[in-house]
Amino acid sequence: MSLPAVFDYHPAKSVDEAIALLQQYGDDAKLLAGGHSLLPTMKLRLAQPAHLVDIGKIGGLSYIREENGAFAVGAMTTYTTIERSEVLSRHFALLPEGISVIGDPQVRNRGTIGGSIAHSDPAADMPGIVLALKADILVQGPNGVRTIKADDFFKGMFETALQPDEIITEIRFATPPARTGSAYMKLENKASHYALAGCAAVVSLGGDGTCSSASLVITGASVKATRASAVEAALVGKKLDESTVAAATAHAADGLELLEDIHGSKAYRSQMTAVMMRRAVLRAVERA
Amino acid sequence: MSTHHIHVTINGTAYEGDVDSRMLLVHWIRDGLQLTGTHIGCDTTSCGACTILVDGKATKSCTMFAVQANGRQIMTVEGMEQGGKLHPLQEGFHEKHALQCGYCTPGMLMAGLALLQRNPNPSEHEIRVGISGNLCRCTGYVNIVKAIQYAAEKMQDSEELSVPAQVALAREASNGD
Ligand SMILES: Cc1cc2nc3c(=O)[nH]c(=O)nc-3n(C[C@H](O)[C@H](O)[C@H](O)COP(=O)(O)OP(=O)(O)OC[C@H]3O[C@@H](n4cnc5c(N)ncnc54)[C@H](O)[C@@H]3O)c2cc1C
Ligand code: FES
Ligand code: FES
Repeated sequence: MSLPAVFDYHPAKSVDEAIALLQQYGDDAKLLAGGHSLLPTMKLRLAQPAHLVDIGKIGGLSYIREENGAFAVGAMTTYTTIERSEVLSRHFALLPEGISVIGDPQVRNRGTIGGSIAHSDPAADMPGIVLALKADILVQGPNGVRTIKADDFFKGMFETALQPDEIITEIRFATPPARTGSAYMKLENKASHYALAGCAAVVSLGGDGTCSSASLVITGASVKATRASAVEAALVGKKLDESTVAAATAHAADGLELLEDIHGSKAYRSQMTAVMMRRAVLRAVERA
Repeated sequence: MSTHHIHVTINGTAYEGDVDSRMLLVHWIRDGLQLTGTHIGCDTTSCGACTILVDGKATKSCTMFAVQANGRQIMTVEGMEQGGKLHPLQEGFHEKHALQCGYCTPGMLMAGLALLQRNPNPSEHEIRVGISGNLCRCTGYVNIVKAIQYAAEKMQDSEELSVPAQVALAREASNGD
């Protein structure tokens, strides 16, 4: 049996209380959300926080709301709740598609959107999806609330723009323009389901059927969720038939700081990234 | 290390006790309360042998602290049998030979129950997705799928059997999932 190191547990009753606890205990404290990254890490004693601040008992951090042309999702909303949201599925097909391949049903019942992006595991799916949707990430700290653009949020492996005394409270997705389609394709590690190469695509078409904008992100292959800017540029203004997309995505992994482990070499990850990106873009176009 | 007094309803019975902050829920259930039907297979969130329902949702109890369960409604495999009568899922596992060593069975039953509550008439694919967080090293899954199909049919025939009372309660308490 693997037990975590000892710690003090603090069930926070409000976001303000959680922030105060983070300030009080500093580096010794960690937030606990769904616990499905944190508990495994604590059992392995890779993390040994002396204080755990549980934000799972704070009411009002789990919701999906439509407001001012955007969709607001509370940080503690579980994957399962998001996956089953009809309104989110209608606008963002890649959300249920991407979530359905995260872990297994039990993991999806506990894991939260806020926890996933705060953790920023290089092999996680949600960071790629949130970045492809160009979400706004609302973060609360001792000085109030600030908004971080997804493009400025993911800094490196397990590293984000969050300050140690800040809490993610909400993720906002703007309503997409007409004729927008999205998709998520991943090659997964068969045992853990984590991504070896995951690609999120959001593609909009103009009146003449050519691509007016593309937002493409790669996860799993590299140290963090990364925008595939060169592929985006190669798609915009074109009619996205199969050969155009194949040519534009063939070198999708170029320039990435690729990972390599027993599950896949750099060459394999690079090749599979191109394949997943081609499939994701074509499926997004089909849905646009 | 902090110690906490928790109150949890399990299979309709109210339990309370003092737990260390780092105690895993599965250890409290098995060692603290002697409800040993819930198994520990891997301890790494992989096998699903420790699956229980927390507020109606299938949950791996090796990946939750006992203290997090304070105030929750839980169902374990011990809650399935009602008045000496096997639940249709248990009957299905018996009829369709869905177990060999039986180690994975409590978790499979819990995952199967969570699935049937949401989706009383699942396709084979939906069943396989529903139990995809649960590993069986013996059966090859074919008979487990058949057992869940058996239960689905049986439960549709007799509505009153479908949801044990404490699950219905837990469902009311849960907010959505
Ligand atoms: C068996 C298994 C398989 C998995 N497979 C996949 C997979 O295929 N794809 C995938 O993407 N993930 C996978 N995961 C990880 C899973 O998605 C986690 O649930 C997720 O990464 C973390 O979310 P959480 O709510 O559980 O966060 P926690 O584990 O509670 O927290 C993670 C980190 O984020 C911090 N944090 C949490 N919430 C906030 C917040 N609101 N503000 C600031 N910081 C916060 C915590 O302090 C901690 O450092 C898997 C996990 C398991 C156990
Ligand atoms: S013991 Fe919990 S998943 Fe294996
Ligand atoms: S019956 Fe032996 S593990 Fe499933």
